[in-house]
Amino acid sequence: MAGPEIKAPPMREFPTVPVMRPDAMGGLKPFIASDKIQADLNFPGAQPAENWQHTHDTAIAKMGELLGQQRALKVYMDSCVHCGACTDKCHYFIGTGDPKNMPVARQDLMRSVYRRYFTLPGKLFPKLVGARDLTPDVLDEWYSYYHQCSECRRCSVFCPYGIDTAEVTMAGREILDAVGYGQKYSNEIIGKVHKIGNNLGLPGPALRDTLEGLEEDVLEDTGIAIRYPLDQKGAEVLLITPSADFFAEPHIDSLIGYGKVFHAAGISWTLSSMASEAGNFGLFIGNQEQLLKIAMRVREAALELGVKRIVVGECGHAWRVAYSFWNTLVGIGDGAGANDPFAIQLQSQLDHRYKQPMHICELTWDLIQQGALSFDKEANDHRVITFHDSCNVARGSRMGDMPGGQFEIPRNIIRAVANHYVEMAPGTTHEQTFCCGGGGGLLTDDLLDLRVKGALPRMEALKLVTDGKGVNFMATICAICKSQFSKVLPYYGYKMGMVGGVHQLVSTAIRLGDK
Amino acid sequence: MATIEVDGKSYETDEEGYLIDLSTWNEEVGKYIATTESLELSEQHWEVINFLRDYYNEFQIAPAVRVLTKAIGKKLGADKGNSQYLYELFPYGPAKQACKIAGLPKPTGCV
Repeated sequence: MAGPEIKAPPMREFPTVPVMRPDAMGGLKPFIASDKIQADLNFPGAQPAENWQHTHDTAIAKMGELLGQQRALKVYMDSCVHCGACTDKCHYFIGTGDPKNMPVARQDLMRSVYRRYFTLPGKLFPKLVGARDLTPDVLDEWYSYYHQCSECRRCSVFCPYGIDTAEVTMAGREILDAVGYGQKYSNEIIGKVHKIGNNLGLPGPALRDTLEGLEEDVLEDTGIAIRYPLDQKGAEVLLITPSADFFAEPHIDSLIGYGKVFHAAGISWTLSSMASEAGNFGLFIGNQEQLLKIAMRVREAALELGVKRIVVGECGHAWRVAYSFWNTLVGIGDGAGANDPFAIQLQSQLDHRYKQPMHICELTWDLIQQGALSFDKEANDHRVITFHDSCNVARGSRMGDMPGGQFEIPRNIIRAVANHYVEMAPGTTHEQTFCCGGGGGLLTDDLLDLRVKGALPRMEALKLVTDGKGVNFMATICAICKSQFSKVLPYYGYKMGMVGGVHQLVSTAIRLGDK
Repeated sequence: MATIEVDGKSYETDEEGYLIDLSTWNEEVGKYIATTESLELSEQHWEVINFLRDYYNEFQIAPAVRVLTKAIGKKLGADKGNSQYLYELFPYGPAKQACKIAGLPKPTGCV
């Protein structure tokens, strides 16, 4: 790639607060969505500069609309006391030193405008209360810094008021989209979901061909005919998984693992060409309409295929959307809309002895506990494994019946299938986990410099266990984490192949055929 | 929208240098894009590029990395049917860099 050489920042011996480098990332701007990409999502295209007044009024009106709809956003705008607890908690601030990447500063980019237009003191005495007009420069600043936040919500864990910067970023992006200032990466992908069925743009015939090839490979490797079915009506389980699982390395190794689990447990399952994507980038851009539209495909596929259970593969934000929003969005899970006939139909179709939806890790762990799966743990003996909690699973969802199940269940699976497991330092895992540096719609080459820098705190934590404990494999349950680490690990002197999925480990050790 | 000039003809590309209209691609364009990636194309590169284009013509998408490695392994020998070999040829990643040179759209999503 052209452009200046991208280098990893030096690792710090002790994770102290970084030296401030004002405006270090000031010019950073991911590619802007073309008018066509915007139009596919019913967003306006780029607005000419001479129409600024219209852009300004539209943005402020949108902000007012969001403040009216989302009580939380208004509370976040009002309640910050600038205590500073969040300042050094963002991986992008740690990696870049740019003070505008402090969560409080990121919020203040919007808070200052909020005060000017929506509070009395800001309307009367803007300078006294840090209020400012919305100008083209402010909008550019929003575009830049709301695309330097991966919506990972780590800062909110440390905020005494629980202010969630991710919600501010989402609102910022939603306002930007409303004035034709969308991000190419996320919006192009959403267009592909509607047109083709998944983020990759993988059409049905290519998906079928890929899955058939996979069946051949697995047969060759194991001597056992394991199926990777597509659009199989009447299957018990519909698996919704990120399309990266069909395409990329190491993702596909987890897909192989899911198939082996279903095979070993004797559960009939299917993938869907209509809903061949777990990811829902509607969350990333903060747009309710897209969130709903993308999620709706899952319900349609479930009804069409007549499945009894819906299971979600290794995708971080998809699990947040599935666990936290699918019920009220589209009627999957408890709390479905009582007046929605399709939700009622789906509820009567699903088997409520099981969690709906269920994470693939919950399914595998349940089977392990029932004794339905057995493993040759030694098959993983060449690996010393650590686990990277993915932000949306860690801070936006749960698994199992216990608080913290989303942390324990993936770890339990790893311990059940491998002999060597090591934790990274407290403060870098569980609910305080660091983002991989590529989440929230930032996993794009035009932000690679930011992604490399944002990975710094995770790489520092990893180094402690690779140096001290011989760790050579970092497992995770998110397609974005896997792709991001594959890309940035070499910048820190590691091999790209040291990241992989939990079900990749399951796949290595699971006993098939005669137990 | 950017353009590239090859043999006096101009071709439209996106911001990252991926060809907009893949039907306008020819080997000279491929060679030119490779130079912008600091790559000199060998016969081994062309094996990959031609496979990508054939696959794309059939399926309207680049092949999964696994499909690609398998096909290359069958054609060039098992020792070359792995992603390490492909990364040696295309250091920025076989999926993205090889697609760009082959005139195919960039794979998007969580990859």
